[in-house]
Amino acid sequence: MTIKQFLKLEWKQFFRSSHWQKSIALNILLIFFAIYFMVVFLIMGIAIVPILKDTMPGEDVFKVINNYIFYWVLADLFFRFFFQKLPVMSVKPLLTLNVKRSKVVHYVLGKSATSFFNILPLFATIPCGVMLIRDGYATSLILTWIVALVLISFIINFLNFIIESASAETDFSFLPPILIVGALYGLNYFNIISFTSLLGSAILAISNNALYLLVLVLILVLVYTYNFKILKQKLFLDSSLKSKVQEVNAANLAWTERFGDIAPFMQLDLRLIWRNKRTKSMAFLMIIGLLYGLFFYPQPMYRDMVWLFPFIGIFVTGIFLISFGQFIPAWDSGYYKLLMSQNIKYEQYLRSKFVLMSLSVVIIFVLSIPYVYFGWKILAAHFAAAIYNIGVNSHVMLYGGSFNRKKIDLNQRAAFNYQGTGAVQWIIGIPLMIVPVIIFSILNWLVSFEVGLAVLIIMGITGLALHKKLMNHITAKYLHSKHIMINAFSQDS
Amino acid sequence: MITTNNLSKKYNGVTVLNIEELQIPKGQSFGLVGNNGAGKTTYFSLLLDLIKPTTGSIASNGIVVSESEDWKPFTSAFIDESFLIGYLTPEEYFYFIGELRGQNKADVDATIAKFEDFFHGEILNQKKYLRDLSKGNQKKAGIVAALIGNPEVIILDEPFANLDPTTQIRLKGIIKDLAQKQGVTVLVSSHDLLHVTDVCERIVVLEKGKLVKDLATNQATLKELEAHFAGTHEVSLF
Repeated sequence: MTIKQFLKLEWKQFFRSSHWQKSIALNILLIFFAIYFMVVFLIMGIAIVPILKDTMPGEDVFKVINNYIFYWVLADLFFRFFFQKLPVMSVKPLLTLNVKRSKVVHYVLGKSATSFFNILPLFATIPCGVMLIRDGYATSLILTWIVALVLISFIINFLNFIIESASAETDFSFLPPILIVGALYGLNYFNIISFTSLLGSAILAISNNALYLLVLVLILVLVYTYNFKILKQKLFLDSSLKSKVQEVNAANLAWTERFGDIAPFMQLDLRLIWRNKRTKSMAFLMIIGLLYGLFFYPQPMYRDMVWLFPFIGIFVTGIFLISFGQFIPAWDSGYYKLLMSQNIKYEQYLRSKFVLMSLSVVIIFVLSIPYVYFGWKILAAHFAAAIYNIGVNSHVMLYGGSFNRKKIDLNQRAAFNYQGTGAVQWIIGIPLMIVPVIIFSILNWLVSFEVGLAVLIIMGITGLALHKKLMNHITAKYLHSKHIMINAFSQDS
Repeated sequence: MITTNNLSKKYNGVTVLNIEELQIPKGQSFGLVGNNGAGKTTYFSLLLDLIKPTTGSIASNGIVVSESEDWKPFTSAFIDESFLIGYLTPEEYFYFIGELRGQNKADVDATIAKFEDFFHGEILNQKKYLRDLSKGNQKKAGIVAALIGNPEVIILDEPFANLDPTTQIRLKGIIKDLAQKQGVTVLVSSHDLLHVTDVCERIVVLEKGKLVKDLATNQATLKELEAHFAGTHEVSLF
């Protein structure tokens, strides 16, 4: 099997899947983001040399830049973990064919090297290098430097997959990277080990003597081989392709009975969330989301940016709503035919999702009350955001779900798919957060803080008052697209 | 009970099913046989309103399935594994289906108890999720779930495939019992001619979407079917 054949397979997979038009729309959005980042990096690369010369006169600019490389490595590692995934390939059909396992793995790893994350840094390093050469640094020195950075980029690339595969074994999959990055940052910050100068001088040494590049190459080979090893192990049916037999964890869900006719669906949803890896890590995301405000509120510079309060409020109280809601009804895609041939009312099914999302908002809001420590305005903003989430965003989510055509396979653990989510998941949430923030900001600017929040609350209450009507409308929409959804959900990928 | 009129289904201009008229009376055990692509699953999917007919309609108990949902309370089906909810245990799955069909836990327990020998001790109290069961055991759970809640119409697509011989024999007993003693209309499709002739009072052969044979089962039926599928009308092949 040649690389050409691999590429052909993927090409067909992409364009023959039922949702490709939707992914194209998203891809266009992703391309916009990509261009945005490329421009930002380009400007950064060009501007950094003059800026450093202005702010730190007399210092060796090249040395200062190298001291910042440590932070770049940390940030890169962090963002890659959340946004870069190993290319997914359905390998099971290939296993019995005349293809060497190692070839499949090499292909997947090789493909990951062409990731945007590896290209992006070049937009900063090359112009920066040109500026440095113009400044009188030796061309050979800078060229070696750029090569070194490219190598480091690849090392981070493969290191990330090792971290991802290790963290995929745990329920708190996002904790390891946060711990690793946090620990490195902490050690450096408190000067226990000064990674900044350590890494800085290492890169300086490499740049001065191109022979040292071999060290980086060696590290790259090591991380690649390690990746190769773990991935090859996963290419057996009895490891990751076949799901492990799990012991049942049965919780008593009798309390849901008080919700009346929607109780069976709520129980189903709760079990769905608790018993599948992907949904489970989403539930834990709520905890991280709850702490999101701590990034901003303690810092005085954000205290006066009132528009930030409802934004964080929407995000914090709505994190579950957004991450769960956007895949309604795809969560149930695996057995959608069953639901559609059973004696159920669509309205009950949807209302159960609505109640679940609203409950999550209420619970998170209650848990976020301690933020009042940073001022009553924050609590008020969170309250308004919570009402808005329940009244407006939840209905928007349900309505949007009727356009959902992409199947989620809960049972399958694709060989290289560690989390099942990527950058796309976050993009969908943007309008849900931006719209209320814009409404609030305009009113806050024209009238006052209180009026801004009041309008958000009124919008939320209006949504709640119209709940029955909205649900009827949404239900009709789902009924209308029933057959299209059944068809889409019964297709693989 | 089930009336099919002028029913056809086309995909991109290609007709995959075209049945002018087909009546299935109440309490009949009805078998559908045909080669791959004959339209068996398509017919069942139309009957369950999972796909839309291109022309015509199916009425179940007088209710046109593509127009009203009132056929759902008395109909149940097991088509394939996508009718299972992988992250539930078999018991939870049965209770869930039971609740949708207005049965409480005790009712469901009573129904399941009748199938203990069918389960062969491999389904209940295993502390396993459905997704972790073998294909055959998943099928057993799905078939029994389709029997919960006293449905009047039961649709089973390829129920014998993937089952071990013991279970196949037991399933035949269950299906016969449903139709003969309880008056349930059972629709079964199969590639196994022996099983359908054993179980069904009436067998319909589909070929490329068309109804080509409609037989009341008797001693000669199996031979006739074998001859038909062998592509020859000579009965003796020896």
